[in-house]
Amino acid sequence: MTSVATPDTRRTNAPGPKKGNALTAGIGHFFKARETSILIAIVVVVVVATTKNPSFVFSTDGWRDLLLTPSILVLVAVGQAMVIITRSVDLSVGSTLGLTAYLTGRLFIDVPGIPIIVVFVAGVAFGAFLGLINGALVAFAKVPALVITLGTLYAYRGINVLWAGSDRINASDLPKPFLALGTGSILSIPLLTILALIVLVIAAWYMRNTRGGREFYAIGSDPDAAKLYGLRVTRRILLAFVASGALAGLAGVLYAARYGTVNSQAGSGWELDAVGAAVIGGVAIFGGSGTVWGAALGAVLLLTINRALPIIGVPDFWQRAVVGVLIIGAIVLDRLLSLRQSRKLLEARDDTDV
Amino acid sequence: MLFHTRNSGAARVSAIAALAVSVALVATACSGGSTGGSGGGGEGGGGDVTVTFLPKNLGNPYFDTSSKGGKAAVEEFGGTFQEVGPSEATPDAQVSYINTATQQAVSALVVSANDPKAICDALNEARDADVKVVTFDSDTNTDCRDIFINQASAEGIAKAQVDLITEQIGDSGEIAILSAAANATNQNAWIELMKEDLAANHPNVKLVDTVYGDDDDQTSFDKTAALLQSHPNLKGIVSPTTVGIAAAARYLQTSEYKGKVAVTGLGTPNQMRDFVEDGTVTAFALWNPEDLGYLAAFAADALVKGDITGKAGDKFEAGKLGSFEVAEDGVVLLGDPTVFNKENIGDFDF
Repeated sequence: MTSVATPDTRRTNAPGPKKGNALTAGIGHFFKARETSILIAIVVVVVVATTKNPSFVFSTDGWRDLLLTPSILVLVAVGQAMVIITRSVDLSVGSTLGLTAYLTGRLFIDVPGIPIIVVFVAGVAFGAFLGLINGALVAFAKVPALVITLGTLYAYRGINVLWAGSDRINASDLPKPFLALGTGSILSIPLLTILALIVLVIAAWYMRNTRGGREFYAIGSDPDAAKLYGLRVTRRILLAFVASGALAGLAGVLYAARYGTVNSQAGSGWELDAVGAAVIGGVAIFGGSGTVWGAALGAVLLLTINRALPIIGVPDFWQRAVVGVLIIGAIVLDRLLSLRQSRKLLEARDDTDV
Repeated sequence: MLFHTRNSGAARVSAIAALAVSVALVATACSGGSTGGSGGGGEGGGGDVTVTFLPKNLGNPYFDTSSKGGKAAVEEFGGTFQEVGPSEATPDAQVSYINTATQQAVSALVVSANDPKAICDALNEARDADVKVVTFDSDTNTDCRDIFINQASAEGIAKAQVDLITEQIGDSGEIAILSAAANATNQNAWIELMKEDLAANHPNVKLVDTVYGDDDDQTSFDKTAALLQSHPNLKGIVSPTTVGIAAAARYLQTSEYKGKVAVTGLGTPNQMRDFVEDGTVTAFALWNPEDLGYLAAFAADALVKGDITGKAGDKFEAGKLGSFEVAEDGVVLLGDPTVFNKENIGDFDF
């Protein structure tokens, strides 16, 4: 299971009191990992919903939606997790997504016959550019990311409204093969899900195994120490925002492919889902801890619950409240766990001192 | 501090100067454009009727279509048609265009109001100068215009949708409604009327659920998926909102329920074209903006010629649409919504 290899500084730094063999340690680690509890929660939700209504999993649509619905949010949440790990936050992802989605539609309308791959590259590059603006403002102007990206959230949305006005992109404006990407599948695994998995694996590998990835955690744990140590903080923060912007841009292109209709309000509110997914997935909101796997699982849990609630019979009006309780619960749990962890670390240190 | 104040004062002066210049530019641009349009009409013809259409904004397919209808009508009764309008649908953007039309002494002004109050003074100045004012699509306050052309009544909209869905599912089975926001006034009024109609005239059709997609593509899309899963016997979905019906159709298009579950409601032909052509959606309804513009132009003509004054009970002829009667508050109802299907959707572009 992937979660075995979770690089959680909080836990990996903890000196184990007794050293068992590698297997038991591995299993123990798996059951302690935050990602595991999210995975169990997802399984519980799916099982309950399926018991209530077998078509939740055992029907063509149900199976497809189970995998497809969270895929776009997974991409955005992975980017968001990278930013949060460096002790920043990117609130502009929803607006970036909306702007890229509209760009995607405009490209298909204004440049007839444009190859789909060019549109993908343009969307990702445009998203990365918007992310670079965020990153530059945060890294050079030294203003908290919360404020900067709140500003660009409105600014990017404003540009979108100015550009789109009351106009909208309709499904009939988009080429059929492009729309097919949004719903198509290989061996009953949706294409979007495969794409999201590839991105997830690359991001997870980078964050865990490369020097650059580890520096993200170092910066998020203690920015001042990272700077004193000689890490290139500015460059890493820029990179995190560019990655988040590029992934939101990719998500924007896929949004157009999946939903087919894009107006000036596309993707509004996604920033909250993305931050929520990361937090539920165990990415500490003050940086330095958590994994992109966790954020991805958080995204899956969030949207699967959203889909399961109406099937379980929770009325429309209560569904948002349930999601809110889930986010608060995740944060409280996170806080309790980290308190317990630091107490254990203190005890361990006291023991070693004696 | 003093220096700072002076500085910001200078900035303000230059800002105002810039604003003034741009206002002047806009004014020149629009008066230039409009003069060209009305050149032959107002003064030369004497008895000639000049009708100026002022939609919410230009470049909007909906209003392009209504102006198309208006132009056809004006040509039919031999008047002069012109269209002016702002590029943005902001509340006070229409005022300068109304003032220009007043100065040109056009016979009638046909307006879709961006704001019920903001353009009132300008419209009343126009009426004092003997310009007849007809509003369509979006009304102003009743004391600022002579006649309002209402696109559809709540009863008509509700009935058209109930008729469509009951016909498509064979008048029996479970249906659900995918609405806009839970507090959307129009939609809630229509839904109430639809429920009454269903209860009274379609005893075998059962409304099992009403969900709210908040006029958001993605939410409406996901709510459609949830509806289909939680109601395995569902036979039809009615969505009285253009966003909702397109999202529902888009979900259904690639779903195993395509062809088994009917989707209908209120939509625009451009949004729905794809889904109608591939058979996901059989038919849907909306008022026809072309007819709306056509009727508005004939109403303007009748006012100018003195056939009607805008009081209840006045009657006038509107070309191919037939005869219309003015109701309370100077409102003229266009009639039942138009039904769009595979046969006629190609004729519409809005």
